[in-house]
Amino acid sequence: MRLLLSFSAGGLFGLGLFLSGMTDTQKVQGWLDIFGAWDPTLAFVMGGAILPMALAWQLTRGRAPLVGGHFPTPPRQELDRRLIIGSVLFGIGWGLVGLCPGPAIASLSYGGTGGIIFIAAMLVGMIAAPPVALRLDRAAAST
Amino acid sequence: MNIDWIWGLIGGALIGTGGAVYLLGNGRIMGASGILGGLIDGSGRNSAAERLAFIAGVVLIPLVMWLTIAEVPDTHLTSNTAVIVAAGLLVGLGTRIANGCTSGHGVCGISRLSLRGLIATVIYILAGALTLALFRHVWSLI
Repeated sequence: MRLLLSFSAGGLFGLGLFLSGMTDTQKVQGWLDIFGAWDPTLAFVMGGAILPMALAWQLTRGRAPLVGGHFPTPPRQELDRRLIIGSVLFGIGWGLVGLCPGPAIASLSYGGTGGIIFIAAMLVGMIAAPPVALRLDRAAAST
Repeated sequence: MNIDWIWGLIGGALIGTGGAVYLLGNGRIMGASGILGGLIDGSGRNSAAERLAFIAGVVLIPLVMWLTIAEVPDTHLTSNTAVIVAAGLLVGLGTRIANGCTSGHGVCGISRLSLRGLIATVIYILAGALTLALFRHVWSLI
């Protein structure tokens, strides 16, 4: 049941990325290109995705997940340097080629060698991240 | 007439529905970088099967669409390998340090009124826009 739900969620996510144009790097870069030919499509993708999710968060109240267990704890609100530095680095990479992790995975089968190279580099970055994050935490603790 | 925004809205609604299924069904937050990252750095060992099933869905459904619709979706990915490698490294590193990407912070975070999700989203959009402005319009490198 847990695996079937995971697969269904992933399938809906992949289908949504495919149909919305999020796997088209030109569209994503068009959204970020505020000084060029700005393309607002991504705002509609974000808006369309946030609505059902907001409803889902409402439905979690007083309930438990279908497979049992607990819903995620309320969101942390504190802003730390990990969040800020990590988001800046991610944004730079996102702007450079117009791919973020979800669409990169979704276009694995038709993204050609460029897509495979991107994912390989992304995985290396992910493996390298925990020690970097630890250093940022230590630096924050010592100041 | 440009109807891209309609497809954006439909696609977005499906993305959000996927997130809703993952949340209400499995009690988990749908973040692409977290699901993938937890698999490769070992932090998600206990939920590896669930993560793999999710990723299988993300890859297989677009693959089936691509094979049946018979229209090759163009990713318009740059052919400059150095840029692709640099971007991939930054995306992998940044999303794991910040603990989220467009799906985790953007879709799942903002929809639960998470301040961290909202701030992360604003920062990566600004950083991306600035990067594109510099690299495309100032330096003409991409």
